[in-house]
Amino acid sequence: MPIELKMPALSPTMEEGTLARWLVKEGDKVSSGDLLAEIETDKATMEFEAVDEGIVSQILVAEGTDGVKVGAVIAMIQGEDDAAPAPKAVAAPTPAPAPAPVANIPAPVVSSPVNDVPAQPKKPDLAENDRVKASPLAKRIAVNKGLDLTAVAGTGPNGRIVKADVEALTGEGRSAIATITSNASLRAEAPVAKPAAIDTDIPHEVVKLSNMRKTIARRLTESKQQVPHIYLTVDVRLDALLKLRGELNASLESRGIKLSVNDMLIKALALTLIQVPKCNVSFAGDNMLQYNRADISVAVSVPTGLITPIIVDASSKPLSKISTEVAELAARAKEGKLQPHEYQGGTASISNMGMMGIKQFDAVINPPQAMILAVGAGEKRPYIVDDALTIATVMSATGSFDHRAIDGADGAMFMKVFKELVEKPLGLVA
Amino acid sequence: MSNYDLIVLGSGPGGYVAAIRAAQLGLKVAIVERENLGGICLNWGCIPTKALLRSAEIYHYMQHAGDYGLTAANISADIDAVVKRSRGVAKQLNQGVTHLMKKNKINVHMGDGKLLAANRLSVTKDGKTEELTAKNIILATGARARDLPFAPADGKRIWTYRHAMVPPEMPKKLLVIGSGAIGIEFASFYNDMGAEVTVVEMLDRIVPVEDADVSVFLEKALTKQGMNIMTGAGVESLKSTATGVSAAIKGKDGKVIVSEYTHCIVAIGIVPNTENIGLEALGVEMDRGFLKTDSNCRTNVPGLWAIGDITAPPWLAHKASHEGVIAAETIAGGHPHAMDPKNIPGCTYCHPQVASVGLTEAKAKEAGYEVKVGNFPFLGNGKAIALGEAEGFIKTVFDAKTGELLGAHMVGAEVTELIQGYTIGKTAELVEADFMHTVFPHPTLSEMMHESVLGAYGKMLHM
Repeated sequence: MPIELKMPALSPTMEEGTLARWLVKEGDKVSSGDLLAEIETDKATMEFEAVDEGIVSQILVAEGTDGVKVGAVIAMIQGEDDAAPAPKAVAAPTPAPAPAPVANIPAPVVSSPVNDVPAQPKKPDLAENDRVKASPLAKRIAVNKGLDLTAVAGTGPNGRIVKADVEALTGEGRSAIATITSNASLRAEAPVAKPAAIDTDIPHEVVKLSNMRKTIARRLTESKQQVPHIYLTVDVRLDALLKLRGELNASLESRGIKLSVNDMLIKALALTLIQVPKCNVSFAGDNMLQYNRADISVAVSVPTGLITPIIVDASSKPLSKISTEVAELAARAKEGKLQPHEYQGGTASISNMGMMGIKQFDAVINPPQAMILAVGAGEKRPYIVDDALTIATVMSATGSFDHRAIDGADGAMFMKVFKELVEKPLGLVA
Repeated sequence: MSNYDLIVLGSGPGGYVAAIRAAQLGLKVAIVERENLGGICLNWGCIPTKALLRSAEIYHYMQHAGDYGLTAANISADIDAVVKRSRGVAKQLNQGVTHLMKKNKINVHMGDGKLLAANRLSVTKDGKTEELTAKNIILATGARARDLPFAPADGKRIWTYRHAMVPPEMPKKLLVIGSGAIGIEFASFYNDMGAEVTVVEMLDRIVPVEDADVSVFLEKALTKQGMNIMTGAGVESLKSTATGVSAAIKGKDGKVIVSEYTHCIVAIGIVPNTENIGLEALGVEMDRGFLKTDSNCRTNVPGLWAIGDITAPPWLAHKASHEGVIAAETIAGGHPHAMDPKNIPGCTYCHPQVASVGLTEAKAKEAGYEVKVGNFPFLGNGKAIALGEAEGFIKTVFDAKTGELLGAHMVGAEVTELIQGYTIGKTAELVEADFMHTVFPHPTLSEMMHESVLGAYGKMLHM
């Protein structure tokens, strides 16, 4: 019995991916756990492992093919001789939790215990992605209009997508009954107009977008279009923090740990979120999620774009632990080897452009998070202390807040607490 | 004073179904009825007329026994016995509803109900009044026949449907005013029973809500059966005489002709029963005489709900029942799916029968659809020919762009039993391919439903 090897869903939001590289060739014998292929998702390149034993009889999707839909058959595996134990079905015995396509708002990792279980790339549940539960008419209209139904929440019996849902998606329905996820509206082509193809005489080359670039484009557009941003900037004196950092690093040297200013700011941000819980939230339509833990997404620039690995529960972790985690995650991020659970979720983000000499900037919120902290360069500036002009090391930090969820006064309180924590930094190690 | 979770005012097919559903969901329910449990539908409407029409149908077959190689001699119709059977059928079903109320522990309060407040109701019977309170009240008081302003029905010579159901004598020469479902059914019944029947319709075609092709076909079929049909005509005056009624009818050509009839049935529409139930004081919002409700049957007054014929059209028993379920489930905290009026079928039990669901071809074009239309005649169906019922057709209207079945329109034998096939398809949002891929059993009339769809896409097999 040949087994169909299907494109796995390596993350809950993955709809398609690039088959970057085959690690096996036709005729190879594989057994459970062997690496079969490298698959590039919207965020990372991941290895796809075999769950069955057998011989790769046919490779159906050539390496380098992009836009391979989840669930598409990419290769055939021939079971070994009849005497051998019957190969297991393609679906793994304990499939990873399937993405909930009908959830109105994707809950971030910390909000729901279900999502706390990291998606297991080795054992994808393909069945859910194989088909969309939609009426034939809804499917037909979707095909006609080029709409993707995979993320649409159906309002028919048992969540079935019906005509009214599709019409709501395109804004045609007289009664828009359907609710769609914020992502869905972006996945569908209609609501977000694609920029027109550019016809130009200027010498140029066309660079195909990576999946990561597509995701960045989609999510930033979504954020700026849907989230009303409010920006609050404070100047923060860093001298005390730099002094503490020097002392800590001196004592940590023997352990091979060197704290960066950013590591300390991650901790400060996390502690601030715990102290000002009104800013540790997600706006979720009719509800607001109030997080009881601060998970910090750290923006890391990688060759193909940007990714935000997460320091989970950063307020409870010692600086040394934060430092080693950041270093390790950043290294793997640059190799494109992050696992989905390592970059999906987070309750707030930090983006630091100080090392590039940027004085101050406003960052774009990463939904469904409700705030991001943009950190500028620490620099010596003229500074007034007790009416006397001195020199101090100062940085500008700007918080971007989702104004639907966070009032200006709360945001201001947040920035005040953050400033105090950084200027009196012993709280970071207490 | 008794206190309930829900009181339903009116026990017709809307009200009693709402009561049952609510009781099933654990609510303490009372139902208030002034006359007969089951309302008009099963006492004076849908069911007893079907019993009458069945007698007429059998009578018709007996008269045409020769067509089937049979001899039936000395055939005659006894209108009293036919009516008696019809009343027996109604009584049996009325008792069925009584049983259902008992089984579901629904308290039945007989009497005239009147709202005192949104959650309080008085029930008056033989001068005695009791008060009931409830968290929610569903109004399901139904409708009655509309009278001609200049000649109200008196039950002697001028009848409504209700008199026509229990005729004091067999009409010889009958005038039917109005060619909607009720008018045409009685016209067909009395025509089959041997009366000389004239139908007057103000609009330019009979059964005007149906597809125009159906109207044309039915008019021809009824005319062939001996009925006199006047479209585009209006009754100017109607007077009772010693021997019947005298009607002045202005025809299409503008000429007024006065004719004598032994009896007249007025079937020009319905009036909702919204008077004397206390609506005015509560400020319940109305729309052209009917109660305004949302898709879950709520009126604008909190706790007050309305279903069936006192709300927006279509005024059909099955629409009322469905609304009853929606209202009851909503009250019990559920989230039932809304009903799409385009998916409510309609049936007329004249001979030949008429059944339809969705948009007519004209309405579909009016709505801007580019349509594909299939039309398959009974003449091409083996079963229809074997039955000796080779007249009629099944027409389907599809959206050319999406394959959505916009409407289906049928005329012919047993089509009222066929329409639900298309209704399921429409409700499930099937497209043409799904109908094409469905295997229809042979030999049945339903094969025509398949052929009609195939025909809309140029794939018809048997024509």
